[in-house]
Amino acid sequence: MAESTAVAGDGGRPAHRDLSAVPLAPPSANNGLLAVFQRRYLLRLLVRREINARYQGSFLGFLWSYINPLAQFFVYWAVIGGILGLHDNVPNFAVHMFAGLVIVHFFTETFAAGTRSIVRNKSIVVKMPLPREMFPVATMLVSLWHTVPQMIVLTIACLLYGWTPDPVGMLAILIAVVMIMTIGTSVALVFSVANVFFRDFGNVVQVLLLFVRFGVPMIYPYTMVEDRFGELARFYLLNPLADAVLLFQRAFWVGTTEDPEYTAAHHIPDNILLIGCAAAGVGIVMLVIAQIIFSKLENKIPERL
Amino acid sequence: MTTSIQLTGVTKNFTLRYHRTFKEITVAMARGHKTSDTFRAVDDVSFTVEQGESIGLMGLNGSGKSTLLKMISGVMRPDAGEVLVRGRIAGLIATGAGFHPQLTGRENLILNAAILGMSERETMRKFDEIVEFAGLGKKLDTEVGHYSSGQKARLGFAVAIHVDSDIFLADEALAVGDRPFRRKCLEKMQEVRDGGRTLFYVSHSTGSVRKMCDRVVVLEEGRVGFDGDVKAGIKYLQYDDDLPTDEDEEMAADI
Repeated sequence: MAESTAVAGDGGRPAHRDLSAVPLAPPSANNGLLAVFQRRYLLRLLVRREINARYQGSFLGFLWSYINPLAQFFVYWAVIGGILGLHDNVPNFAVHMFAGLVIVHFFTETFAAGTRSIVRNKSIVVKMPLPREMFPVATMLVSLWHTVPQMIVLTIACLLYGWTPDPVGMLAILIAVVMIMTIGTSVALVFSVANVFFRDFGNVVQVLLLFVRFGVPMIYPYTMVEDRFGELARFYLLNPLADAVLLFQRAFWVGTTEDPEYTAAHHIPDNILLIGCAAAGVGIVMLVIAQIIFSKLENKIPERL
Repeated sequence: MTTSIQLTGVTKNFTLRYHRTFKEITVAMARGHKTSDTFRAVDDVSFTVEQGESIGLMGLNGSGKSTLLKMISGVMRPDAGEVLVRGRIAGLIATGAGFHPQLTGRENLILNAAILGMSERETMRKFDEIVEFAGLGKKLDTEVGHYSSGQKARLGFAVAIHVDSDIFLADEALAVGDRPFRRKCLEKMQEVRDGGRTLFYVSHSTGSVRKMCDRVVVLEEGRVGFDGDVKAGIKYLQYDDDLPTDEDEEMAADI
């Protein structure tokens, strides 16, 4: 199914052409993720279809992509901010939380929907030859697409608080997004194929996502972790999702506080950009490992679906 | 002549699992029952197809025809042996090959064409032709979930036949179409064959195999039982007891 062989003349059938120059090749030859990006037209169609189909049959449709994080936001805002009193301890706690929520939601959507992606597309997967990495990648791109309006809401909220964008912040956003794209795709790849073998993995993801939501400095500030654990807080930063959240807070929340320099020095780890770059590097390594695992297991997908 | 499809020692095993849940597996293991078994669907199949040949793949139900076809199309990979093909493949593997029930016929058409490797330009150029061939009329803009199996097959076939391919694979997908459509498909497939493409046709119908193919491969429990002349192949299968009355009539009855 290599597209390179698709040299079609106007209406002419290529069968007339001399094929002796075309090499014999295995029909299932695909180079995994590379093949996904070689077939961008198909990827675009799948992404568009997924955007239309993710909330098919539901009345509110794509609004669920916002209701979910917004509901979470208000629960945290009321319970953590109001009852536990973090509104008083953390300046602009709502922005602090929402900045984290946007990037965490990008990850959770990629992970959860990506895990289901191959099983959901069963009818195509068992009958048509195409790189199966397409489906997790497409879900990641759909989740990225859903992040855009949330980023706009976040930006507007920040501007209302008197935030001015700064280049370091923009860099932080870029690093965080690349990080989640790579890490999210890797876990989605592995879990999507695992889910074919045992549907339990759909539930495993839900449990993991619980840890994700509480394991990042979103509903509590990083300073609390530092106060409690001191030097050991370094290990907390080994969680790439925590780094992504801190990068987003560096980009959005820091600029909204009264004294951004003090906030950055006090609340954000010093070398967060470096840590972020390292985490993005880890993401790329994870992607390679995920691809190897996926290719190993992929063979059994059609018969197990 | 150039080789179009080359199979060497192709083998495919399926794992049969009798128990799926943790509880069932534990109970079965405690009682000393088997929890899984392997089943060889395709067993050491080797043959070569030259460019432009038309092969009829025949055999009883469960003899491994569809599995073999899936390996040639690239959906499955063999556990042992090697499948090699030259050029681009298109074709139909079972009815409504991979349609999404919640999308309209039009959307599925475009998606399906892209999966089969058509570019955007190619799809646009052939769009009207495909729609016309499928002959679904207004139904094209409704959800495929509401189509009958025959209508799905029409759409699937219409897309597949319009892909510029070097190898065309056809499963028994046509069996669900109505008579005028089957006749149309057969004409189109003859056109494919006469155009010099390789045709790989899975069928139970002696009439259409006789008409379409110049070689027959018979699978028996995953092994090649016969490979050669069409007449001898059909005799080998003992499918020729039913007296061929009007050949066209028979062909239309069970393509």
